[in-house]
Amino acid sequence: MSATTEKYTEAQYLEAEQYQPATRTGRITNYVDQRVGGTGIVREFGRKIFPDHWTFMFGEVALYSFVILILSGTFLTFWFDPSMASTRYDGSYAPLQGLEMSTAYATALELSFDVRGGLFMRQLHHWAALLFVMAMSIHMLRVFFTGAFRKPRELNWVVGCALLIMGLAAGFTGYSLPDEVLSGNGLRIIDGMMKAIPVVGTYMSFFLFGGEFPGGEVIPRLYVLHIMVIPALILVLIAVHLFMVVTHKHTQYPGPGRTERNVVGYPVGPVYAAKAGGFFFIVFGILAVISGTFQINALWNYGPYDPSPVQAGAQPDWYIGPFEGVLRLMPGFVGEIPLEFVIPTPWGGNSVATPVLIPMIPIAVMFLVMFIWPWIEAWITGDKKEHHILDRPRNAPTRTAIGAASVTFYCIMWGMGSNDLIATHFMLSLNDITYWSRVLIFVGPVIAFVLTKRICLSLQRKDRETVLHGHEAGVIEMLPHGEFREKHTRPSDYELYTLVAFESPAPSGPQPNAKGKITRTEKLRARLNQWFYQDRVEPVSREEYLEALEHDHHGDGHEGGLEATDRRSIEASH
Amino acid sequence: MGEHGHGDPTESGAVIKAGDGESGKYAIDNPGLPPHRPRVADEDPKAEKRSERQVATLFLISIIGTVIFFIGYFAVELSEDLQALRLQNTLLGVGVGFAMLGIGLGVVHWAKTLMPDHELVEDRKPLRKEAERQEAEQIIDDVLEESGIKRRPLIRNTLIGAAVLAPLPFVLTLRDLDRSEDFGVERMRHSMWDEGVRLVRDPTGTPIRAADITIGSAMHVIPENLREVSGHAARLSEKAKAVVLVVRMNPDDIQQVTPGREDWTYDGIIACSKVCTHVGCPVALYERHTHHLLCPCHQSTFDAAQEFKVVFGPAGRPLPQLPITVDDEGFLVARSDFTEPVGPTYWERGSTDPEGDYNA
Ligand code: FES
Repeated sequence: MSATTEKYTEAQYLEAEQYQPATRTGRITNYVDQRVGGTGIVREFGRKIFPDHWTFMFGEVALYSFVILILSGTFLTFWFDPSMASTRYDGSYAPLQGLEMSTAYATALELSFDVRGGLFMRQLHHWAALLFVMAMSIHMLRVFFTGAFRKPRELNWVVGCALLIMGLAAGFTGYSLPDEVLSGNGLRIIDGMMKAIPVVGTYMSFFLFGGEFPGGEVIPRLYVLHIMVIPALILVLIAVHLFMVVTHKHTQYPGPGRTERNVVGYPVGPVYAAKAGGFFFIVFGILAVISGTFQINALWNYGPYDPSPVQAGAQPDWYIGPFEGVLRLMPGFVGEIPLEFVIPTPWGGNSVATPVLIPMIPIAVMFLVMFIWPWIEAWITGDKKEHHILDRPRNAPTRTAIGAASVTFYCIMWGMGSNDLIATHFMLSLNDITYWSRVLIFVGPVIAFVLTKRICLSLQRKDRETVLHGHEAGVIEMLPHGEFREKHTRPSDYELYTLVAFESPAPSGPQPNAKGKITRTEKLRARLNQWFYQDRVEPVSREEYLEALEHDHHGDGHEGGLEATDRRSIEASH
Repeated sequence: MGEHGHGDPTESGAVIKAGDGESGKYAIDNPGLPPHRPRVADEDPKAEKRSERQVATLFLISIIGTVIFFIGYFAVELSEDLQALRLQNTLLGVGVGFAMLGIGLGVVHWAKTLMPDHELVEDRKPLRKEAERQEAEQIIDDVLEESGIKRRPLIRNTLIGAAVLAPLPFVLTLRDLDRSEDFGVERMRHSMWDEGVRLVRDPTGTPIRAADITIGSAMHVIPENLREVSGHAARLSEKAKAVVLVVRMNPDDIQQVTPGREDWTYDGIIACSKVCTHVGCPVALYERHTHHLLCPCHQSTFDAAQEFKVVFGPAGRPLPQLPITVDDEGFLVARSDFTEPVGPTYWERGSTDPEGDYNA
């Protein structure tokens, strides 16, 4: 059936058995190798090349914070008991002694006050969680803005999106576990949002809480999700993610010596491994210092959960901010007209909680677009090629502008999540901030889009300037005939190549399909394509460059010894 | 895999091979990797020694960090006050921090200054070869053919049917996630309030004499019978529906009374559900001059003078009002339960009252 069934020779079978290691290390490695085949792994990975750039670091930070989360989280499980059974607190924190509370809260307090290092581990766990989501988000932005999600990495982008969602889920379930006032109110909000979902929402809430809110079931359920289901999913996704990184090999920034067919960087052994391994300890160290010096989630201040009290000005974890903010942005009434309405039905009507549902739409759309963006962009651009060289963000102006608009949109929602703090800090009226944000959420992204696109285009023009006229040396010189002009130095070929080696296709126009017809979707695509590529700045072409060199040669003001060789090599290649 | 040398810029095109398909594409051809610039430590043995000492020092700092951790763990006696805890926490954090940073910075410094810093070049392999793809396709065809699944639609269709149905039992068993006896939405329409139930202070449980409430004050209230509920969880669930805010204002300030609600207040004392109609946070802040109630979660603002109508924020309905009066002894009591479900809007809430159990 298969054409590749080679025959091994008798000698090859014997070779492995007859090999006699000379040293002690040799004996140990040989033992392992003969059983699991380490030779292959070492040959494959020992000197594998990884490109190095500081922006490639964020994914690593996310991975390392996840490792720290697992380590510190495991420690916490030894003392924390997620039970909602009621107990009387008799630990060493005096202000809460004698209060009735759930076992979950009592053990969280015990963990903080009576277990040495417990408070440290709890804070480390919390800080690491914040960093985990933060690093994933920045990593995604890096991947987006450099176009690293393009073919063949689309599926890995989807895995990354799933990881981000899992990270949020892990964060929220963890935040809810201690069962104090703050986390209880967080759950209350989730309960209210769930109930707003038409048809199934109320029952989703019943099934989550085991009856009416808050009941006595939810914390152990969240606990199982938090310490088993979600981390297991994250682990699997990380494995897939890294596997694909190895399969695809890492992307690299454009530059001299880098092509679509090669990888330039450092070998795993020893440099890359040392840097990456060392970096784990650095991340750990920084988190440890922060956890030792900055208090986070001081849960003894809040008291056991009770539906009546609430903490004003309490801040949720940063990644929950936008969800909170978008709820605050939405008005419940327009003038005197309520947005909430009841669908009249024979059985007494069904309520639609529009003020809760509408804010979920932009969030849902944002996540959906995020997941399928690689396909949206490929469809618009009609680009079906593989890309291993990254885009400099300026060289993809429309994509960069879309990214900036989304970030702005997200940040306005996020800012609204802290509008009460902004109001008290800057002595502004809370209501005014909200009114303005309602305008800003629509206008802000548009402004960001236009601005970013302009900036990208002018940066591209500046690159052209540099290629054609060189760098301004900051020196004014007088020419023999009395003219003053600024000295320019030509950049080296290495720098030039980075500036000219990119593509900026013209809008492609509608393409007829196989039957020679232009479909309506094709027209739409062509229009989007036009929008995507219009106002482009083209890279300097060879003719333009030669002309500029020619010009340089005749004028006397040129500087730099490279110019002569430049001309030679370029003319030779023609 | 190729490695670039210390060459002159015009000669270092070695790593770009013919067939890379980009010659002539851009204004200049790929000039290849820039020449390697040796570091100080590569050329100066003194600098090399210095780097070596720096790395070792960083590792020593790590050891000191671990010692600091031990000191924090054993030498600090935890006591009642938070001060000792804070000190211990700081020592542990800084200790672990140094221990880790020392190793991390040391190794990175080592890699940066003493390990070779030549960039290397590796070819990207194409993801597959056409011959192998054909072979794989053949294998799949053979497998499908041998299984006979294409030729036997009866087997295929029944298998699909079985596979679709088989997970259902596992979904169904989730039904008992909510095992309560009063399962369903009906329970959300009622709270513990009822005719004659006294309003008592939360959390002390003392009844409230109308005469004791001063104008402009607000208080957190629960029904007196709440403490009869046994079980912490059940009590919290009942409390989550029954929490009430009582405010007293000048009777003349009340601007709006819906017909049928004339006797719901008592001498300027007015009561409402404390559960926000947005997504359910406790509406806990009262501003006496404006008679506004504020929910801190998303800042819905309700006007107590206008039957708790929404004046700002995302809430979609007024807070439900609790009809109150006083009993023979002058204590505040409820006239009835709330006349609508409290808390966030849910799908089955509706506007009408099919059971006819609300008396408004
Ligand atoms: S819960 Fe009260 S405003 Fe959202």
